[in-house]
Amino acid sequence: MNSLLRRSIFPLYSNTRKIPSRLFADVAVKDKIDDIVKKNKVVVFMKGVPDAPRCGFSNAVVQIMRMHAVPYESHDVLSDENLRQGIKDYSNWPTIPQVFINGEFVGGCDIMLQMHQSGELVEELKKVGIKSALLTAEETKKEEA
Amino acid sequence: MSLSFQHGRLISVLVTRKMTTLSGVVADSIRMKLETALQTKHLEVINESYMHNVPKGAETHFKVVVVSDKFDGLPLIKRHRLINDILREELQGGVHALSIIAKTPEQWDKSDKIIESSPNCRGGFGK
Repeated sequence: MNSLLRRSIFPLYSNTRKIPSRLFADVAVKDKIDDIVKKNKVVVFMKGVPDAPRCGFSNAVVQIMRMHAVPYESHDVLSDENLRQGIKDYSNWPTIPQVFINGEFVGGCDIMLQMHQSGELVEELKKVGIKSALLTAEETKKEEA
Repeated sequence: MSLSFQHGRLISVLVTRKMTTLSGVVADSIRMKLETALQTKHLEVINESYMHNVPKGAETHFKVVVVSDKFDGLPLIKRHRLINDILREELQGGVHALSIIAKTPEQWDKSDKIIESSPNCRGGFGK
C-alpha cells in the first residue's frame, strides 16, 4: 500500500535505481546516525517535529522531555526515508520514537514513560550533566517548606 | 424440522464463532508466540489499530501486556528486546506499532493492573 502510494506520488522513483545505491546508503546513514547520537547528549528520533509531532507516541516523548526541560536534538524520520529505516537497523529496535542519551539507545515511548514514572530518568539525565526541571522544582519546594 | 430452521441455526453458530475469533489472524499469532516462548502467566493482546489512520479491521497497531517469570532480573530494555525478537516476523510485516508492558508475576500482582490506552494518533501519513 505504502509503496503503491509512493510510486503514484513519485513516478520517477524506480526500484531499479534504488537497489545498487542501497548498500552504500546503509553505511552512510549508519555513520550519520553515529555522528548525531555521539555529538548530542540527548537525541530523539521521532515522527514530526517537537512543535508538531505526527504520532501519539512521539508526542508523549516530547511531553516527557518538556516536563524535565531537557535540551535535545530531534530528527524527523518522516522527512527522510533512509533515516527511518536506518535508525531501526542502527539500534535494532523496530519502532519510532527512539531516544538516545550519551550515544546510547535508551528506549522508545513505553520505556521513557516508565523511566519518567520511576524517577530513573532524572538519574540518567544527572549522569550526563542535565538537571531535570522536576528535580529543580522539588528542591525549591523543600526550601520553601 | 424445516430446512430454513437448520439454516438459521447454522448461521447463528457461524456468527457466534465469528464473535469469539474477532481478534484476528495477527493478534492470534502474537498471542500464540508470546504464550509459547515466555510461558506467560498473564497475557493481553490489544488491537489498537482503530485509533489510527488505517482501514477498518486492520492489524497494524498493538499493545501487549505480558507477565512472565522469564523477565525476572532483566532490565526493561532487555524485556522489550526479547518481545521484539519473538515478534520479529510480525514487526517486519504489517505491525508497525507495538506498545509493551512487560512485568514479572510479582510486579504484576503489586501493580494496579490498569492498562491505559495508548496516546492518540496524530496523523503520521499512515506510516
